Amino acid sequence: MPETAAIRQGAFDQLAARAAAVTFTPCPPAARFVFRGRPAGFAAAGDAFGVALPQTACRAATTGSRSALWLGPDEWLLLAEDGAVAAIEAAFADRLGQQPHSLVDVSHRNTAVEIAGPAAADVLNAGCPLDLRLEAFPVGMCTRTLFAKAEIVLWRTDAQRFRVEVWRSFAGYLWGLLDEIRREHAA
Amino acid sequence: MSAPFRLAQGGRIDRARPLGFTFDGKSYSGFAGDTLASALLSHGVHLTGRSFKYHRPRGILSAGADEPNALVGVGRDQTRYTPNLRAPQVELYDGLVAESQNRWPSLSFDIGAVNDLFGRFLPAGFYYKTFMWPRKAWDHVYEPKIRAMAGLGRAPTAADADRYTQRYAHCDVLVVGAGPAGLAAALAASAGGASVMLCDDQAEFGGSLLSETTATIDGKPAAQWIADTVATLRGRANVMLLGRTQAFGYYPHNSIGLVERLTDHLATPHPDMPRERLWTLRAREVVICAGALERPMVFPENDRPGIMLAGAARTYANRYGVKAGSRAVLFTAQDEGYRAALDLARAGVHVAAIADLRPNPDGELPAAARAAGLNIMAGTTVTGTRGRLRVSGATLGRLGLDGQVGQSQTIACDLLLMSGGMTPSVHLFSQSKGKLRFDETIKAYVPGQSAERERSAGACRGIFGLAAAIEDGFARGEEVAQAVGRAGGAVTRVAVTTLAAAPGVHLGAAPHDRDAATVKAFVDYQNDVTAKDLALATREGFRSIEHIKRYTTTGMATDQGKMSNMNALGIVADALRRDIPEIGLTTFRPPYTPVTFGAFAGTSRGQLFDPVRQTAIHGWAADHGAAFEDVGLWKRAHYFPQGGEDMHAAVARECKAVRAAVGIFDASTLGKIEIVGPDAAEFMNRMYTNAWTKLESGRCRYGVMLREDGFVMDDGVVGRMAHDRFHVTTTTGGAPRVLAHMEDYLQTEWPDLDVWLTSTTEQWAVIAVQGPNARKVLEPLVEDIDISAAAMPHMSVRQGRICGVPTRLFRVSFTGELGFEVNVPADYGRAVWEAIYQAGLAHGITPYGTETMHVLRAEKGYIIVGQETDGTAVPDDVGLGWAVGKAKKDFVGKRSLARAEFSKPDRKQMVGLRTRDPHDVLEEGAQIVANPNQPVPMTVLGQVTSSYFSAVLDHSIAIAMVRGGRARIGETLYVPMPDRVIAVTVVDPVFFDREGVRLDA
Repeated sequence: MPETAAIRQGAFDQLAARAAAVTFTPCPPAARFVFRGRPAGFAAAGDAFGVALPQTACRAATTGSRSALWLGPDEWLLLAEDGAVAAIEAAFADRLGQQPHSLVDVSHRNTAVEIAGPAAADVLNAGCPLDLRLEAFPVGMCTRTLFAKAEIVLWRTDAQRFRVEVWRSFAGYLWGLLDEIRREHAA
Repeated sequence: MSAPFRLAQGGRIDRARPLGFTFDGKSYSGFAGDTLASALLSHGVHLTGRSFKYHRPRGILSAGADEPNALVGVGRDQTRYTPNLRAPQVELYDGLVAESQNRWPSLSFDIGAVNDLFGRFLPAGFYYKTFMWPRKAWDHVYEPKIRAMAGLGRAPTAADADRYTQRYAHCDVLVVGAGPAGLAAALAASAGGASVMLCDDQAEFGGSLLSETTATIDGKPAAQWIADTVATLRGRANVMLLGRTQAFGYYPHNSIGLVERLTDHLATPHPDMPRERLWTLRAREVVICAGALERPMVFPENDRPGIMLAGAARTYANRYGVKAGSRAVLFTAQDEGYRAALDLARAGVHVAAIADLRPNPDGELPAAARAAGLNIMAGTTVTGTRGRLRVSGATLGRLGLDGQVGQSQTIACDLLLMSGGMTPSVHLFSQSKGKLRFDETIKAYVPGQSAERERSAGACRGIFGLAAAIEDGFARGEEVAQAVGRAGGAVTRVAVTTLAAAPGVHLGAAPHDRDAATVKAFVDYQNDVTAKDLALATREGFRSIEHIKRYTTTGMATDQGKMSNMNALGIVADALRRDIPEIGLTTFRPPYTPVTFGAFAGTSRGQLFDPVRQTAIHGWAADHGAAFEDVGLWKRAHYFPQGGEDMHAAVARECKAVRAAVGIFDASTLGKIEIVGPDAAEFMNRMYTNAWTKLESGRCRYGVMLREDGFVMDDGVVGRMAHDRFHVTTTTGGAPRVLAHMEDYLQTEWPDLDVWLTSTTEQWAVIAVQGPNARKVLEPLVEDIDISAAAMPHMSVRQGRICGVPTRLFRVSFTGELGFEVNVPADYGRAVWEAIYQAGLAHGITPYGTETMHVLRAEKGYIIVGQETDGTAVPDDVGLGWAVGKAKKDFVGKRSLARAEFSKPDRKQMVGLRTRDPHDVLEEGAQIVANPNQPVPMTVLGQVTSSYFSAVLDHSIAIAMVRGGRARIGETLYVPMPDRVIAVTVVDPVFFDREGVRLDA
C-alpha cells in the first residue's frame, strides 16, 4: 500500500534524529575586533569594515564573510575572515582618520562554537537565562549574556543555529557544560 | 504475594504490571501506578513511622504532599539514597527499596518510645527549660546527645551518583496544578495561541478528579474528561505539559521555581538521564490551581496507625483500588467526609458509624449516606481511641445542647477517618507577597490582594465543588489569555453532575471529656505538638503565632504545617479568646515541598563547579609535570618538580637557574586592558598615581592605582604602544575589578573623554624569559626588532615578529634580572613557548612556576598587591611614594593621600626581616613585637607578609609591615611563636642586587 511505503523508517533514523537534536561545532579561526567610537564615526567605520554597523540594539548585520554585532550604543564586535587583521586595521586608519575611536584586535581573545539543531535553544537555556523563543530572540539577534558562570556573546544565525563567542580560557568550561546537557537529549 | 486489601477491580493501577519492592527488608508486591503508600496499604500495612518526639507508632495519614507521618528513606544504596520522602508521593517501581525512619531497633519495637511514657516531662519548650545549666554541659553533653536524637531521617553517606540539570524558560501563562480548575484554565488560556505551561506534581494529570468515580463532566466520567482534555492540550503546539513537576517557590517578577522529577519513578533509568530538572520559569501571567488540603480533626489519641484523612482513604480506594481497612468509623465536621464513607461502603468496607460534630447534617451527601443505610450519629465527637500499632476502636460521645459530652460508646474499627474541613493551598500565592484574607464561612485563609501578575482558581481560593472549580478555571483562563493578548474567545462550558457538599467546617480541637492536662490530641503530627502544648504556650504568655510556632515547633519540618497550621490557629484563638486574624499567620516560605540540593546545584559540581581557566601554555606545563595552583579561576603552574623533588627543592633549583642562566615563565594570566583614544594619556593620568603624558611610545612605566580612599588597589607595567594607545597590565586576580573600576569612572565621571577600554587579557599569551641569558635565547627568534641593550633598554616595548608571528615584546622584569615578556596572539602561545624553550636549552633554560616568581620578586623587594597590601596601605607605606606624581593636578585617591593620618611616622611600613639562623623561615602572618616578655595581649607592631627561603642568598628572607618600620632598620624585633620566640633584625626590603645593575644588563 502507498501509505505504508510513506511511513517506512530505517533502523538508524530515530537514532540519528536523537544524535542530531543538537550539535556543537567549533567555528574556524576568525579575525575579530572590538570597535568603539563616537556616532560621527559610525558610518565611516561601516565603510571601512564593509558592513554598515547596525544601529538597532542587539542586532547583527552580515555582508559576505563579515559581520558586525551590536553590543552597546557605542560598541560592536566585528567578525571577519581569518587573516584580515592587517587589512581591516589599515582600512579603519584610512577611513576614520582623526575620528576618535578605538579598534582592538581580539581575534585570539575569543573563540566560538556553533550550536545547532532542534534542541539548540533548549540546551542554551540550561545556562542562559534569556528568553530564546524565536519571537523573543529572532534570527539576527545578538547579545552579551551569561552561560552559567561564563560570559558569552550569543548570536542567533538561524532559527535552529546559534554562534557563541567566549573568551578562550572559558572554552573548556563551556564545552564541558554543553556536553553534559547534550546527554539528556540523547537519553 | 497476596495483597488482602486490594480491591478486585477498579483504580488506575495497571494490574497487568505487577512490581516487587521491600520495606524495612520485607518483600511486598504492588502494581504500576501504585505509590509506596498505596502498595503498603494493599497489604494492610499502616505502621510506617515513629513520631519525632514521643516515638509513637504512626501510620499513613494522607495521600499527598501533606503527609506528616509516613516519611521513608528510599534508595538501594548510599549513592542514591534519599531520606524523608513522603510515602504517598513515592511512585512504585520494580525493586524499590524503602525503610522507615526514627526508630531503633525496629518499627514495631522502638526503644525511643519511652519518651511517650515520660511525655508529661517533655512539655512545649522542654529543651529551652531543661538544658540551661551548667553552661559547660552544653558543649559536651546536651548538644551532642540532643543532636544524636534529633532530626528526621539520616543523610546518605556516599556522594550522589545521580546527575541533575536546570533550565530557564519563559511562557505567556503558567498554570500550576492540573486538577479540574487547572485543566480548565489551561484549556481556556491556550485556546487563542498563548504559550502555556501546565505543571502538576503527580505522575498523572487530573488532581482530585483522579479519585472521582461517580461525577460526570460534559456527560462523561471524570476519567474520560481528563483523558480527552489532556489529549486536547497535548495536541496544541503552544502548550507544554510538565508532569511530576512541583512548583515549589514563587519569586519576584513572576519567576517560579519548578522541580521536575525525571527518573525517580524508574527501575532502570537511562544513565544519561538526569534525576531532576530545576526550572526557573518566568511567566507573564500565572494561574494558581493548587487545590485544597483536608484538615484532620484534633481529638484525643488521634494519631494511631489506621487513623487517616477521609479524602485519603477515598483516594486509596478509588484511584489505587485499595481498602484502607475493613471496618471504618468516620469523624467529620463537613459534608465532604461523607463522600469517602459512601465510596468506601461501595468498595466493601463496613462503615460502622459516622460521627458528625454538627447537630443537623442535612445536605445531599448526608442524605445519600442515610439512603445507603449508613449509621449517622449527629452531634457526636470522638473522645479517644484504642490500639497500639493499629487503631482498634473509637470512643464516640454525644454532645449535649450545652456542648458537654454526655453518653459515650466505644465502637470497634481498624480505620478511623477524619474530615474537619478544607484548607486552600495558598502557599504560592502567599510567597508571591499577595495579601491573604480570612474567610469566616470556610474558616480558612484565601487569596486577597495580589502583588504579582497571578490569579488563583478553584479550591485554592476557596471555591469548592467540582462545577464551580471548573467554571472558575475556565473564567481565569480566559482572563489570562486576554491579558497576554491572545484571547481565544469564550470556551464552551461543560455540564457537571455530582453530589454537592454544603459548607460547614470545624477549626481547632474537638470537644471531649478527658483530662485536658494529660491527654494527647495531636495538632502537628510531624513535630508531636498537641493541643495542650499550644494551650500551655498561651498560658506562658505567648500571643503571636510566630512565637508560638517557634516555642512549640508547630508547623515546622518537612510538611511545614500543611495539615496543622489552621487547627493550631483555631486552638490558639480559642485559648486567647481572640479572632483568628488577630493571632496572625506564619509566613509561607519556599519550597512548598523539600527540594534536593542536587537540583539546586544542577551541573555545577566536580570539574564544572566553576570555570577552570587554563592558559594556552597549560598543556605544555602539564606535560612537563608541573604542579598547579589555583589563582582566582585560573590554574597556574606552581613549580616544575624533577625526579621526585619536593616544592622547596624544585623552587631552589628554579631560582638559581633564573639568576645564573635563564628561566621561562607563563605570565599569560596577567590582566591586560587596551586603552585607546585621543584622551588615553589623560585618562591614564587620572586613573594612576604616575604621570603618563611624557611617556614616549615604545616605553613602559610601572603604574600604581589607588582607590578613592587612597589605598593601593592594583599595580602593573603599562606600555605605551602609540600616542593614543596604552597596553595596561594588571594583577591576575585584579583584572575584572580594575576594568570595572576604570569603566565606572569613565562612564560616570568623565563621559566626555574620547577613550575606550577593551579587555585583552586573553588576546595575548605572555611568555616571560628572565635571566642573564634571556637576550641570547630570544635574539635568533626575533625577526625585526633590535633587542640589544642599547636599542631596547629596560622598560621598553617593541612590536614586530617572533617565530613568524606578531609580537608585542616587552623588556620588563619582575625578577630583577635582564628580562623580556613575549606577548603573542594566544593561539600561537604554545608554539612560540616551545620554540623559545628549544632555543633556550643551549643556554640552560629552566621553566619556573609562580612560587619561584614569588621568591625572586621578594628577593628584590617587589610587592604583590594583596600580599604586602591589605587594603589599608597607601603607596608610601609599601615604598612606592616615588610612583606618586606630586605635580599632577589630580588622580583617583589623590585627595585622600593628603590626610594627616597617612603621613604619620608610625604607620605600618614595608621592611625586610633577617633571622639570626639562616634556616629559620618565618611564618607568613606571624605577629611582630618589640618585647616578647610583655604580658599578653602584647602590643603588636606589625606582621610578616612574605617569607621564603632564598636559595640564591642561602638565607631566609621576609618582608613585613611594621609600625614606623623604616626608622627601625637595624633594630631587633621579635616574632613570638607557639613554641619559641624568633629574634629578627629589621633590614631594607631589597635583599638582592640593591643597585639594580642586573636589570640593565
